[in-house]
Amino acid sequence: MIIAIPAETNSLDSATCVSFGRAPYYCLYNTETESSTFMTNLAADSAGGAGIQAAQDLVDQSIGTLITFRLGENAAKVLQAAEIAILKALNLSVADNISALQEGKLAPLGEVHPGFHHGH
Amino acid sequence: MLLWVKSTLDSTMGTDLTVAVLSGKGGTGKTLVSVNLAAVAQKATYVDCDVEEPNGHLFFKPTILSSRVVTVPKPVVDQSLCDGCRICTEACAFNALALIGKQLLVFNEVCHSCGLCTTLCPKKALTEVEQPLGVVRQGRHGTVSFEDGILDIGQSEAVPLIKALLKKKHKDLVVIDSPPGSGCLVSEAIMGADFCLLVAEPTRFGAHNLAMVHDLVQILGKPCAVLLNKTEESASNPSKEYALAHNLSIAGTLPYDPKLAALASEGLIATEELGHYHAFFSNLLETIRKEAADASDPHTQR
Repeated sequence: MIIAIPAETNSLDSATCVSFGRAPYYCLYNTETESSTFMTNLAADSAGGAGIQAAQDLVDQSIGTLITFRLGENAAKVLQAAEIAILKALNLSVADNISALQEGKLAPLGEVHPGFHHGH
Repeated sequence: MLLWVKSTLDSTMGTDLTVAVLSGKGGTGKTLVSVNLAAVAQKATYVDCDVEEPNGHLFFKPTILSSRVVTVPKPVVDQSLCDGCRICTEACAFNALALIGKQLLVFNEVCHSCGLCTTLCPKKALTEVEQPLGVVRQGRHGTVSFEDGILDIGQSEAVPLIKALLKKKHKDLVVIDSPPGSGCLVSEAIMGADFCLLVAEPTRFGAHNLAMVHDLVQILGKPCAVLLNKTEESASNPSKEYALAHNLSIAGTLPYDPKLAALASEGLIATEELGHYHAFFSNLLETIRKEAADASDPHTQR
């Protein structure tokens, strides 16, 4: 299974990014090979709908789980349609959030926010 | 040449003039100023473009003569025709579409109704369906013609409603009560104005927001002036300092007056209640007419 985590930089000791749709990178961690890759978030600079596009890109990478601090409702709809598990990140590095997940310390993300649409 | 002569004559003779009243933040007095300018003008049209929170009707209490629903086209998908080619999801400039497995998701509140997806779809799986956005109303208060728009709750894309509101061409004086801020809604509301009146509070925050709208009207090339509202004689006024430093004409100064707030809380129009406010707004209107006429006359342009 592939786990995705929004990251500030493209390294495992990076802080987990507080934004989902506008995170600069996503860490993709493969639990079978225990290896990680970093994907540049091409949606980060979108004028609008960044969360939707980012969610689409992660679904296309066949992720099974997303660890994030928060999530907009539109991105949540995309991820839920793809039946991706969504877990609440802890205030830890990317690597430590992966460990926390594997130790069963992460809870499901309780709520999604209405989004920060400001296309006006 | 003839057109120029006509427009100059019109504005100097006190006929056709569209004034937009705006400010970088809410609560500066846009509605107070717009309502009273229209009320003293005898023949005027007041257009409330603050469609997210219109409140001009609280003052004019207009007799509503007509009301119509404004719709916008949104794509609707027929999943049985969609083959998942992704042409639409990749073409959409607003990321309003996502394809998950074989399911095409459409996000209406992100969609700008451009029609590209329905045009490009090779399987004709997407069709445009008109969906309600809000209403525009037309009414009357004495000699003032009243118009406003009300965005439906839950809608976030108000530009088409403002477009619908301003589509009709008006004669005489038109006062546009703009939405707050300096974004797309405000640009749309003031696009057709001949003159912009910026209402500013005497605070640093007020001056900051004044600078934002001043930038906007300059980008749009609109002649403008500031009305300094809620001023206090003994206190400093950062908005006045901004105006003086940026060669921004001061069309009027309205001192802070608790009576105005009391009248507003009862939905009363100041110029209809108190003689000195009738005089103040009549003078303000004359100043605006003169500045607008000077701005449209190439011989007096600064």
